[in-house]
Amino acid sequence: MEKAIKKSSLNVSENGLEKTVSNKRLEVLKTYKIYIGGQFPRTESGRFYQPENAAGKKLANVCLSSRKDFRDAVVSARGAVSGWSGRAAFNRSQILYRMAEMLEGRKAQFIDELIQQDSTKAKAEKEVNLAIDRLIYYSGWCDKFQQIFSAVNPVASSHFNFSVPEATGVVSIIAPQNDSLLGLVSVIAPVIAGGNACIVLASETKPLCAVTFAEVLNSSDLPGGVVNILTGKPAELASWFVDHMDVNATIYCENNSEVQQMIREKSATNLKRITFYDKINWYSDEGQSPYFIMDTQEIKTTWHPVENIASAGAGY
Amino acid sequence: MAKAISKKKAAKKSNTIKLKFDTSWQYALAPESKSAATINKQYDLFINGEWQKPTSKKYFDTINPATEEKLSEVADANAADVDKAVKAARNAYDKVWKKMPAKERAKYIFRIARIMQEKARELAIVETLDGGKPIKESRDFDVPTAANHLFYYAGWADKLEYAFPNRQTEPLGVAGQITPWNFPLLMAAWKIAPALATGNTVVLKPAESTPLTTLKLAEIIQEADLPPGVVNIITGAGDTGAAIVNHADVNKIAFTGSTNVGKIIQRAIAGTNKKATLELGGKAANIIFEDAPIDQAVEGVVNAIFFNQGHVCCAGSRLYVQESVAKEVIRKLRDRMQSLIVGDPMDKNTDIGAINSREQLNIIQKYIAIGKKEGAEMYESSCALPSKGFWCRPTIFSNVAQSNRIAQEEIFGPVLSILTFRTDDEVIEKANNSPYGLSAGVWTDKGSKIFNMTKRMRAGVVWANTFNKFDPTSPFGGYKESGFGREGGLHGLSAYVNIV
Repeated sequence: MEKAIKKSSLNVSENGLEKTVSNKRLEVLKTYKIYIGGQFPRTESGRFYQPENAAGKKLANVCLSSRKDFRDAVVSARGAVSGWSGRAAFNRSQILYRMAEMLEGRKAQFIDELIQQDSTKAKAEKEVNLAIDRLIYYSGWCDKFQQIFSAVNPVASSHFNFSVPEATGVVSIIAPQNDSLLGLVSVIAPVIAGGNACIVLASETKPLCAVTFAEVLNSSDLPGGVVNILTGKPAELASWFVDHMDVNATIYCENNSEVQQMIREKSATNLKRITFYDKINWYSDEGQSPYFIMDTQEIKTTWHPVENIASAGAGY
Repeated sequence: MAKAISKKKAAKKSNTIKLKFDTSWQYALAPESKSAATINKQYDLFINGEWQKPTSKKYFDTINPATEEKLSEVADANAADVDKAVKAARNAYDKVWKKMPAKERAKYIFRIARIMQEKARELAIVETLDGGKPIKESRDFDVPTAANHLFYYAGWADKLEYAFPNRQTEPLGVAGQITPWNFPLLMAAWKIAPALATGNTVVLKPAESTPLTTLKLAEIIQEADLPPGVVNIITGAGDTGAAIVNHADVNKIAFTGSTNVGKIIQRAIAGTNKKATLELGGKAANIIFEDAPIDQAVEGVVNAIFFNQGHVCCAGSRLYVQESVAKEVIRKLRDRMQSLIVGDPMDKNTDIGAINSREQLNIIQKYIAIGKKEGAEMYESSCALPSKGFWCRPTIFSNVAQSNRIAQEEIFGPVLSILTFRTDDEVIEKANNSPYGLSAGVWTDKGSKIFNMTKRMRAGVVWANTFNKFDPTSPFGGYKESGFGREGGLHGLSAYVNIV
């Protein structure tokens, strides 16, 4: 009986708006909303768009986010930075691990959404598994990359001097258009592992997993505002992503050279740190490394005098 | 009489006994001799290992800002000269430098550093004559630190496989480098050393008002037999710099200078694959807590803002003093300012030399006028100034508001803005309320407070109970609009390599 219901509901979803007349239970469809400050509002603009899969089926009425949504998200992200970067690295590690657990628990839903968005079952499973593993990978880095990229500097004067990486702040991300889950997770994870907060624009044509991923974040003890996810059109939003004066860094994952040039030009207004991930194969090992974390880190160097009397040596 | 005694008592109580400077004690003159340095009448462009006449056939004067006397004239490189220099650098990169075993590359850089040490006195004299900074600073800081920087990076050349865990490095190619006028030789060393160590070749342009020590460095490079074209040094003003930035065959731009020009450069290279390191302006907050050792802190403030006439991008130009000690700090600061010796940069006793150029003096004077107009209270030392040359007395403004322009904008001169605060949170918010983020300072006797503050201040270099310290092993560079990339230390290598 249960099986039958499931089958029938599948029929409904496969046939889309042409509903089969049936006395079986009607499936409850999900509203895909955006994620700002730990809440799921609709876009303030009230606009929507209807991405379609290859077969021409409409996926959902997806929020067509506006510049104002982005600005709201920046406010949330800015508010979240000091708390998130101030957490113990170990605690950030635990939360990223929790995100992986939550993703694992909702694997079926992600696979289903990826299939709706033209993936095959095998490919979808692989993508979700890799996305989970990627979170685990960066969970592990949260309290280790600092040790790899820090230095105690043997200055010639009588000072203790050390350099450590520190989160650059608020990062705006235009996520990969393909690999709508794995790409998304692969760019978000290193940014937040390092203590930044971010605003992410999901894949325009395949936005479903991004919104569902927001639900994963929401149940993972990740503080609201650390990751904000918008859906919409990069062509409309990209310039605002890089124009905003309270954004410290921008990541862009496509190889559109005109957009890249625009991003580099606009980044000059407040000297944003710019990174392009336009040649990365997210399925391979090159899709993960602590160097991705370092792309949104600053190096802070601290000096303090060492008392240089009696038999104390000058340096460290 | 009774009044005087009670005044004295009160002074003792608050530990603010006024020092007396109205004695007849004077420092004897201690001038460094010009004769230990040679300055040519005219300098050409150093391209492909030889001195070449500029295509423009034009030369411009470089003067001593302390006397306004002409020191020499240097070539004005135009786009054709830049092209020649870039071609020479490309050729040297392809045919010589990238093929050379790293340990040999290292030895060339070591050799340059050694010759700089041998000629340290001459370099210091020329630096002071051309830039106006006190001889004690060029002698004890600029020149030795420049040589040490080359020494430090020379050793990296054959150890790069240890620098980036699990990765290899490859050089970028031709680096175009543009240096400022505040630390000419030191900035040249900061830029050339890591570039060469990582296997790049260089086209470098010093600032137009202070080209001489960089040209002396070119002579040293020639003397060291560095293969022709590996380092090319060309002189000129903004147009020459723009020609380097816009040259299609330059792979990397390293720039130290103003934030405005940094932004122009960032826009100019937007459509290219050029990498950039930008080390730009600053408006550093220097914070004194009530538990700080006040005398040391005052000394630190003096070093923070008056070092090199305040021509320092990381100068501690915003002083935040906790309210309870503000009076004492300001009084002691005023006293100390009276004892600073302002004048002939060639005198070994001089603390504050000449302002680098008339142009810069005008900017500083404009800001002093703005500060007065904004209602801040100005105090300047009462020292006499020489009649010729460009001079500015050490100046402090108290009762400054956070929104005042003298608390927000970079003045790049010996002018300090003093603000007060009550709580930690308040001062952090004020200190970080700046588009800049190059450096910061904190003075307190409490260790845990130091780390609380240094962690929360958004700046690339944080000095705790010290200020304006530099070292080749220590990365330097800013957050936010103070630029990006680091110079110095292990982290300074990444600016000149692709990590593969």
